[in-house]
Amino acid sequence: MATLPAAPLETIEQFGPHLSYPAGARLDTAEEPDRQVKTHCCFCGQQCGIQLKIKDNVVVGFEPWEDFPFNRGMLCPKGVRRYLQGAHPDRLLTAYERDAAAPGGFRPLNYQAAVERVASEINRIQSAHGADAFAVLSGASLTTEKTYLMGKFARMCLRTANIDYNGRLCMVSAGAANKKSFGIDRSANPWSDIPQAEVVLIAGSNVAECSPITTNYVWQARERGAKVIVVDPRITPIARTCDLFLPVKPGRDVALFNGILHLMIEQGWIDQEFIDRYTVGFERVAEHVRQWTPQRTAEVTGVTEKAIRQAAQWWGQAKTSFLLHARGIEHHSHGVQNVLSTINIVLATGRLGREGCGYGTITGQANGQGGREHGQKCDQLPGWRDIDNPEHRAYIAKIWQISPEELPGKGVDAYEIFRKIDRGEIRGLLSICFNPKVSLPDNNFIGRMLDKLDFYVAIDFFLNESARHANVVLPGSLQEEDEGVVTSAEGRVIKINKCVDPPGDAREDWRIIQDIAQALGRQRGFTFDSPRQIFDELRRASAGGVADYSGITYEKVERQMGVFWPCPSEDHPGTPRLFEPGSWNPVAQGNGPFYFADGKARFNVATYAPPAEDVDADYPLLLTTGRVVSHFLSGTQTRRIGPLVDQYPEPRVELHPQLAEQLGIADGDWTTVESRRGACTLRAQVVRTIRPDTVFVPYHWAGLKSINQVTIAAQDPISKIPEYKVCAVRVSRASSPPAYAGVFEPQQ
Amino acid sequence: MSVPANHEFFIDPGRCIGCQACVHACSECDTHRGHSMIHLEYIDRGLTTQTTPVVCMHCDSPTCAEVCPADAIKRTADGVVQTARKPRCIACNNCVLACPFGVPKMMSQFELMMKCDMCYDRTSTGKKPMCATVCPSGALYFGTREEIEALRTSAVPTNRFRFGGQVIHTKVNMMVPANRSVEYVDVASALNEAPTGQDIELNILTDRRPAATTT
Repeated sequence: MATLPAAPLETIEQFGPHLSYPAGARLDTAEEPDRQVKTHCCFCGQQCGIQLKIKDNVVVGFEPWEDFPFNRGMLCPKGVRRYLQGAHPDRLLTAYERDAAAPGGFRPLNYQAAVERVASEINRIQSAHGADAFAVLSGASLTTEKTYLMGKFARMCLRTANIDYNGRLCMVSAGAANKKSFGIDRSANPWSDIPQAEVVLIAGSNVAECSPITTNYVWQARERGAKVIVVDPRITPIARTCDLFLPVKPGRDVALFNGILHLMIEQGWIDQEFIDRYTVGFERVAEHVRQWTPQRTAEVTGVTEKAIRQAAQWWGQAKTSFLLHARGIEHHSHGVQNVLSTINIVLATGRLGREGCGYGTITGQANGQGGREHGQKCDQLPGWRDIDNPEHRAYIAKIWQISPEELPGKGVDAYEIFRKIDRGEIRGLLSICFNPKVSLPDNNFIGRMLDKLDFYVAIDFFLNESARHANVVLPGSLQEEDEGVVTSAEGRVIKINKCVDPPGDAREDWRIIQDIAQALGRQRGFTFDSPRQIFDELRRASAGGVADYSGITYEKVERQMGVFWPCPSEDHPGTPRLFEPGSWNPVAQGNGPFYFADGKARFNVATYAPPAEDVDADYPLLLTTGRVVSHFLSGTQTRRIGPLVDQYPEPRVELHPQLAEQLGIADGDWTTVESRRGACTLRAQVVRTIRPDTVFVPYHWAGLKSINQVTIAAQDPISKIPEYKVCAVRVSRASSPPAYAGVFEPQQ
Repeated sequence: MSVPANHEFFIDPGRCIGCQACVHACSECDTHRGHSMIHLEYIDRGLTTQTTPVVCMHCDSPTCAEVCPADAIKRTADGVVQTARKPRCIACNNCVLACPFGVPKMMSQFELMMKCDMCYDRTSTGKKPMCATVCPSGALYFGTREEIEALRTSAVPTNRFRFGGQVIHTKVNMMVPANRSVEYVDVASALNEAPTGQDIELNILTDRRPAATTT
């Protein structure tokens, strides 16, 4: 394969992104809907409860679901408009095959013929180059049933080691650090503990835009007298109302938290009794943070010494507290170290496992939690089991009725899959729920690698920018076209309910995977009739594991409005709050509340290192990236919803007026952000709400508007998360508008 | 069934995060599907992320109705000021120009002034207004005075506003800082004040002085 089958504009004309607005039955208030289905939003990890209105197999609107306890009817703009993704003009209604002569570069193909072609290409590639030469990229917006099936499909049907998922860009730094510190990867508390806290510390989380419902929890704490501390290079809407703002220089979070711990130890603001009884490793950490004096911390982080001291005092002296973090500290080449440094200041206070004493990472994707538990990660088997552990392999092999030897070993992470394509080691790819051409860093490389594949099949409901490179596209399902469970940021397992049938030839993703297995002649283990059947096997596969779902049933989820895992038996109510004193878990077996054999949590030395690419004379500024409230991830869905595009049509580069003045850039000017990897020209937004040494660009757009042309593919050595949150750039006023201006619509 | 007498609308601009969930949800309301009646404004985006949602304040003596030459704007017995009556509205724009809060919208395609009617279709059947149901940050809230007092310690409701010589009493309440006793909100004089954005302790970014560090 060489290049895209058609010019981007031709493909866009045929497949979008086009915008959908309310029309027809969606505007007609005289028509009563046929029914209203209680389900959840398809977007972020908050998983707000929502009721969708259905008329003639189309989702025509919504009604708030005020009884669902997490959001009580609250929604963000994405939730309000999510219904517009269905019955969309861009919806894929058939399978497609690449054909340069066809409109947009793809011609419709009979579904069965498409599946058979996929199977024959898989066979061809694996026979010639070995099983591992065919890779799978999956996603964490899929239901847990689907994520389980994807892991099983890769290992048992394709027999490839190379499966990974887009949570690699999202949750893995938090997950790895949580495992190292607690032995379990889940938010330690339900969000209902947030308003009970005296201090809420938010590190690297644009809560108001990326997880808007959490705002109300934080502000309820504030109404009860809590101090809110925000660590961020930008004054986001949540930072605007905080009590203490620590505008950390991107990439220096470890230093900040080590500096805070230094002061806590110096002042005696630690819980020595808890440390002695429930943790190990404190002495080494205490020794390590001795070097992080307030003066040095201030020099490295760019936060004033006075502010660091104030943070340490408020955090240190509090009786109750909640620490929340998100991608801001996780998207780093030392993301795991960043997270460990925050966990250390939590463990040192002993404020865990009690009401109002909490810690959590805010998952980004719909199933960011559940999607990382049951085996679609390159090193993992269901129930958070380890693919290198012989006992774990034997357990899963038994469930799947194969011998442990048949299970492949550990594969490589999502980015390394593309490097393996570059080296010719991977020749074929199946992707689902993943748009790497937009979402991976240094994405011009990703586009070249997609073109280098011998065969690429993409499963999606829209022809996303990555799928434009595919040989075959299979029409998958929207969230509302299937049922299954997902696990929210709190660790609450909830139920997505089916609202409509997949249109045309489109079908539920799990059916497509099973159809491929059948076409390969390896359907054993892939003959499920329903998501419920998959879930029942998943329950057995997770039994006894750390992420134990065995006691969860669809009925119990509906009855309790969610079940917090672990839930090891049907009479078990679930576990909203982890690490309560005296709690039992299968690893500690009663030795203590944490998930290690001795029941104790681990302090881990968190080592500071500058970002993989620091500023220099040629590239003197820091670039950081993130989200805006009306868009989601690579924009495959939200860039097709008219009212959300109208709210934030195109990416802008945020920069401080001091910097803008130096560079001669005025608000609204075309401005080029350039790194060693690529450049992107966007309009400037001049604001005092960002550090003067840092520029910010949101990442939801594709092609020439994609800031991931500029970002760096450096990764954390442990979690393999890419360093989206910091790289070196130079910024200048563009001499002329970019090539896309006046050619592409804002969302394209 | 109408709006329960003890249910009131509270706006708390201090809590607004600018997400526009209210703006989107408003246009999903049955009485004006496809058209949002809410304005959401940045105070000064160059300086701060502060935004404020503007819904109709439902004045006791609505200026919009007082200036209407066609007597098209009616206030219900429970105090809700409604969109202009279609048969009467002459689309003269008087109400749009006169409303001190800038609420009414002239929908020229319908030759009709439309405005927030506090989701009369919902509140009249015992539901909350759409915007106040979805608002994720509590900037728009619909409930009893006891509920808002229990939920908020930092702010208290007021419903008196002054614009120059005009003092207005409204059905909708505005949350104002609890630590200041406020006779009325002097809207006209507030227009001349720069937004502070500076009540965050030790904030080096919006400080007018050069930032403490650069690279």
